Amino acid sequence: MSASDASVAIPPSRQREKPGQNLKWIGQNMKRVEDPRLLTGQGRYIDDIDLPNMLHAAVLRSSRPHARIKSIDTRAAAELPGVVKILTGADIAKTTGALPCFANPPVEQRCVAVDRVRHVGEAVAVAVAESRYLAEDALEKIAVEYEELPVVVDPEQAISSAGDAVLHPGRGPTNVAIQRHFAFGNAANDFAKAAKIVKRHLRWPRSGAQPLETVGAVAQYDSASGKFTIHANTSMYNYVGWTMALSLGVPAHRLNVVPVIAGGSFGSKLFAHKVCVLAASLARICGRPVKYIEDRIDNIMACDNHGSDRIYDAELALDGDNRMIGLRCNVIDDYGAYFQFGIGHHGNALSQIVGPYKIRSVDLSITAVFTNKCQQGAYRGFGSEVSNFVIERLVDAAVDELHLDPVEFRRQNFIQQQDFPYKIPTGNLYDSGNYNAVLDEALRMLDYKGWRRKQEEYRKQGRYVGIGIATCQERSVFSATEFWMLNEEAGFALTSSPEGVSIKVDPLGKVVVSLNAPFWGNSPETMATMILAEQLKIDPDDIAVAYSDTDHGLAGTGPGGSRYTVMMAGAVVGAATMIKEKLFRVAGHMLEASPNDLELREGRVGVKGAPGLEKTIAEIAMHAHFFRLSMPDDPTLTSGIDAAYTYDHPLTTLPSDDRSDLGIFYPIMGHMCHMPVIEVDPRTGQVSFLDYVAVHDCGTMVNPMTLAGHVRGGTAQGIGTALYEQYYYDEHGQLLTASYADYLIPTIYEMPADVRVGHVETPSPFTEYGIKGGGEGGRMGAPPALCAAIEDALRPLGVKIDAMPVTPRRLRTLIREAQKRQARASRS
Amino acid sequence: MAKQDVTVTVNGTRYQRPVEPRLLLSDFLRHDLSLTGTHVGCEHGVCGSCTVLVDGIATRSCLFLAVQADGSSIETVESLGNVGALHPLQEAFWEKHGLQCGFCTPGMLMSLTELLRVNPVPDREAIVEAIGGNLCRCTGYQNIVAAVERAVELMRTQREAA
Repeated sequence: MSASDASVAIPPSRQREKPGQNLKWIGQNMKRVEDPRLLTGQGRYIDDIDLPNMLHAAVLRSSRPHARIKSIDTRAAAELPGVVKILTGADIAKTTGALPCFANPPVEQRCVAVDRVRHVGEAVAVAVAESRYLAEDALEKIAVEYEELPVVVDPEQAISSAGDAVLHPGRGPTNVAIQRHFAFGNAANDFAKAAKIVKRHLRWPRSGAQPLETVGAVAQYDSASGKFTIHANTSMYNYVGWTMALSLGVPAHRLNVVPVIAGGSFGSKLFAHKVCVLAASLARICGRPVKYIEDRIDNIMACDNHGSDRIYDAELALDGDNRMIGLRCNVIDDYGAYFQFGIGHHGNALSQIVGPYKIRSVDLSITAVFTNKCQQGAYRGFGSEVSNFVIERLVDAAVDELHLDPVEFRRQNFIQQQDFPYKIPTGNLYDSGNYNAVLDEALRMLDYKGWRRKQEEYRKQGRYVGIGIATCQERSVFSATEFWMLNEEAGFALTSSPEGVSIKVDPLGKVVVSLNAPFWGNSPETMATMILAEQLKIDPDDIAVAYSDTDHGLAGTGPGGSRYTVMMAGAVVGAATMIKEKLFRVAGHMLEASPNDLELREGRVGVKGAPGLEKTIAEIAMHAHFFRLSMPDDPTLTSGIDAAYTYDHPLTTLPSDDRSDLGIFYPIMGHMCHMPVIEVDPRTGQVSFLDYVAVHDCGTMVNPMTLAGHVRGGTAQGIGTALYEQYYYDEHGQLLTASYADYLIPTIYEMPADVRVGHVETPSPFTEYGIKGGGEGGRMGAPPALCAAIEDALRPLGVKIDAMPVTPRRLRTLIREAQKRQARASRS
Repeated sequence: MAKQDVTVTVNGTRYQRPVEPRLLLSDFLRHDLSLTGTHVGCEHGVCGSCTVLVDGIATRSCLFLAVQADGSSIETVESLGNVGALHPLQEAFWEKHGLQCGFCTPGMLMSLTELLRVNPVPDREAIVEAIGGNLCRCTGYQNIVAAVERAVELMRTQREAA
């Protein structure tokens, strides 16, 4: 791409606060303001909410993966003492419509199934009773008669499903949800001319977020006003919460969503609409508040947020100088039984599908299929973690087949520092980066050469020690264009995903900042406090943080896609600028000075160059709140000091009509290098850690300590995905890992003792202070790094890792197969 | 279902309540006594979020019936420090960023309270063993171990000052 094209394509930066300033709070390891109440058991999570006269719901879940519901006999259950209502899907459908769906064309999903169940665990009936115990008793008495339908489990077989095996016949006679081909650049030519084509058949397994708190809602319906109030641990209520009102058949101003903090999400509570709509619907039918909290089994089987589940045929074209030139992927993605976000996960992946490398063409075929499984949703990476795995597996395959050095081959193909901002073939822009600096820091921290020497020694002793390298992207700050750009039908106008805050200075000069998105384990209060303290030059103790419900909320898209800190910082800067203006105006009157001659000092406004000539913020605030009429009459000068500001996406452009260019939609580009050192026990297949270095570049850091926390936590989840976790459905469609005894989340025993985290800071030229997102990175880098490390450890045996999770059992099988191959080879 | 009287001492306060024999201790604490600091993560004894001390022993309150606790002394997270006067273990979790969403934290704190009573200067292995049955989905555990090591220091300083 020529420079002139770039200048046309890239909108100007709207950055107000430049990186590299001398800052007091941003960049410090400040202890989190959220923590004291969480540490003392006063978090007030969703199950801690109790309303007077509240009922409790429990859900009967389908034991069948695919069946018509012939009849449901609720009589015996309804007669139990303490039971208020037993409701089927048909009962609920009388007052409540289909759930929100962002796919186009949509797929109808109900909060309780009507006529047909499509996966094990789908809701078939609900009991509402005076206690959860009584509600669960009632479930035992409900008799459901099913007529079984053919079960579709294998995603490749799903492509050719017909007849009764089609899950959504109303949408067409096929289980192919959507099939699309995209070409960016001239991949056909690049592959035709390639000196070498590396191919891999790769399997990314279905794992999931599994926050330790499940999803829940406490809903009430006021029949006098016709208004719902839903307390829930959901997100995106100030963005698309109104779509729940559509499901409930009321206008959006008759629905108030009140957020509570979430005990973890990792994407899976992005928009927990099913539980909210169910609880609200029950509250309206019963005329009393209703609490519904998923139990763990409910969540595992029917959380609507299983992660990506993909099969790739992936190819990488290289020229005669070992330069990567083209990428071709054919992917089948098993979406399960519904399609709430369409194939947004692939749009997400297309934002960084070429990784940190100068690959000039991409050819991608996506086949999304329906099977009899819980549907996909969001899980840390939202599909981009999968493309990181794919590109890094191909890079490692090229290193193997061409006998290259894994470090130098990457370095040779990196997009270089002077190339930014860099438009990748799909049209997305990488705003900035310094991939060599990240790699160098990781090599230094690990003592890479030292480990290579030790590895040689271990090999002589017969020990299988391996070093993995993954150099991966972490896109952040999505524009919602990605929600619709892959649909076959034309989409919408340029789409923002805004974030607002409001700030109020009280008469005593203390500050409340209201957020429009929830806490879900990230640090929104700490981030808002640090950035606002920086902006207003006040003490963090003088700031309190509140969460707005939808009645009072501004636009707010919430955490997801590593966007929140960047977007909220934009909103805080905008609102704080207005607060400063007001402070200066009022102080100007009090000090008889022009606002232009004033400056912020610590907790004060003073006249520039005149030390001591100043007013405290408390004095100014009191004056503004009560003595407005003592100042000259001016309709633009009102009592009080408050401001609201909504920050829009900082850098986005439209896709082209033919989608040969997707436009800029996910441009704030982080980067990471993960280097695990592991040892494989060849007898048991167990992988243990000897060292682990993770260097991340998330632009300007607000709080290095909490960023490192995200890196380590994400790495733990990446280790889980790579080695242990899987929602495993057998050939009959039964979920065999429906408890924590079977779905293996890493305990402390499975984790490295010390994930050594390093930071490089390459500020974004487009965001306030140059901050980039950093919430997902660990999970986006650990899986390919671990696969590489295991392959490296087992190089003497020639074991290849193409599928995860690499459980001890699977790895032991691979090792034994390799040993047999070697034995045969040595005999012949 | 016929109820049965249970008398327990929770965090130093004596309670007498009629309960169904099947009532879980976790639900009894959370819903009958409104001590919602104890969290329920899996209800099948794996995640450890619901860990409380029953007569000093770390116990999964989701696998324990309230009637089993009759006559016992129970300690929950609410027995540790308060905001403004945190227990050294809580203080250390705060300082070392040993929590993110906070849901597993009360169970972690109670498992570790048991450890530090019997072993005031635990080595890494002992710490790992103490929380080996507590799942955390946010932190990767590393900062939790660092927090325990910090708490040991803080508690030693406290003992020396006393």
